[in-house]
Amino acid sequence: MAATTSALAVQLHGAGLRHAAVRALDGVSLAIRQGERVAIIGPSGAGKSSLLHLMASAVPPSSGSLHVLGEQPWALSARARQRLRAQVGLVHQAPPLPPRQRVVTAVLAGRLGQWGVLRGLFNLLYPSDISGARRVLAELGLADKLFVQCGQLSGGQLQRVGIARALYQQPRLLLADEPVSAMDPVLADHSLALLNRHAQANGVTLVASLHAVELALAHFPRVIGIRDGHVLFDCPAEAVSEQLLNDLYANEHLAPAPDQPAPFSVQMPRC
Amino acid sequence: MLKADARDPALLPRLLLGLLALVVLWPGIQLSELNPSVLLQAENRQQIASFTAAFWPPTHDVQFMALLLDATLQTLAVATAGMALALLLAAPAALMASRALSLRAASSNGRGAGWSRWVRMPVRGVLIFLRSVPEIVWALLFVRAVGLGPTAGVLAIAITYSGMLGKVYAEIFESVDQRPAHALLHAGAGRLSAFFYGILPNAAAEVVSYTVYRWECAIRASVVMGFVGAGGLGQQIDLSMRMFAGAEVASMLLTFLVLVMLADGFSRLLRWRLT
Repeated sequence: MAATTSALAVQLHGAGLRHAAVRALDGVSLAIRQGERVAIIGPSGAGKSSLLHLMASAVPPSSGSLHVLGEQPWALSARARQRLRAQVGLVHQAPPLPPRQRVVTAVLAGRLGQWGVLRGLFNLLYPSDISGARRVLAELGLADKLFVQCGQLSGGQLQRVGIARALYQQPRLLLADEPVSAMDPVLADHSLALLNRHAQANGVTLVASLHAVELALAHFPRVIGIRDGHVLFDCPAEAVSEQLLNDLYANEHLAPAPDQPAPFSVQMPRC
Repeated sequence: MLKADARDPALLPRLLLGLLALVVLWPGIQLSELNPSVLLQAENRQQIASFTAAFWPPTHDVQFMALLLDATLQTLAVATAGMALALLLAAPAALMASRALSLRAASSNGRGAGWSRWVRMPVRGVLIFLRSVPEIVWALLFVRAVGLGPTAGVLAIAITYSGMLGKVYAEIFESVDQRPAHALLHAGAGRLSAFFYGILPNAAAEVVSYTVYRWECAIRASVVMGFVGAGGLGQQIDLSMRMFAGAEVASMLLTFLVLVMLADGFSRLLRWRLT
């Protein structure tokens, strides 16, 4: 039993999540092995972000169980949970970076969980690993922005800084919430390829939610479709058929025939 | 009366509110024994006139200027030393009193509670106590304890201002965008690290500008405390007033004006650099 759970990066069993009265996830069960690369797709508001935040142990599940890297984060003490979280990186869709913080500081902040408080404070006075930050930014084509303030970057550049921070963190489980939504197609492709290359080279588990289905199918061996807080399908990328995708996005194609009053389920777009 | 088509429906509520304000204010004026007509009585008018007439020209002989410089420097020193001590106390207190660093709030969309409240509440209570006693009272107390001189002023400012700074800092930390700090907490960072990387960059401008404003207030407060024997400009103004030396009072008030203007310019410069 212990051996099987430790080989799993994430395990959810009947997990649900509520925000106040809104049900974001309901009875989600899935297992992701260490080193797997998984894409999560689904319509807006289906619960993709909620699922990733759950896996990042940013929020506790309202029901069901959650194992991350073989541990139950919400059964741990606060200190042990912080140690576990330091091994999990989350790329945010709109990276929450203070506008006046320099890019180098924002990237180096990825390792605050591994550094002690003193090293973190010293790092504010003088960046302790400029070459490390430059290396990871260079892979994303941002080496020249090292000493620029985050507030001066575009949305796509900020997203890449967010990716750079998560890569610099060197987590065992790398989660990405719409990591390329503000990038042009070429950049998006490049950034996703980089994330996958990094994950494969270091045996890191990678889970990313994506709006663009073709990117998910092109870059990830396994695809999970989420709809209304449920897992609709969970299969290898080759097995994702036109029919599955139509079912997944059904209500998104707003083409109701005039004679047929479509069962219009209201979907709140998040963000 | 206005014609029906030109009537503002908000007129009546506004009139009533105005009346209500008068009704509330009147007892206040009575209680504070405010009676402006006293100012217009003949002998009082003459007193004020002769005192203010002596204001011009302000005293500017070398001996007095040396005295003035000395007193000004002492006032500045009292205010600055008091603020420095207050900061030593206020910074950790603000961190403890603020909800911004609650791990629990970070994973429940800001609804933080739990045992950490039992740290925040007492700290908040201490801060309230520190600032609820006016600095002049502390000054009178310390003048008795440590004797006449600037030390009493420094201690009085340190105590009162640590209460004010701690409270306002804590609120500034809570009012800025919490997402950067939450993201860091969720990536395993400690709370102090999350504060310095996630909260402080957004709060710095506000914190600095409030601190400089408080420093300006501390200069004023140290002048007032001079009247009860805590040294500096205040003590000089007190002496000159007692001797009806209006010209000396005038040059000291001018010095005072310059000090406040400098503080204002300094604050503006810092704000401009930080935003």
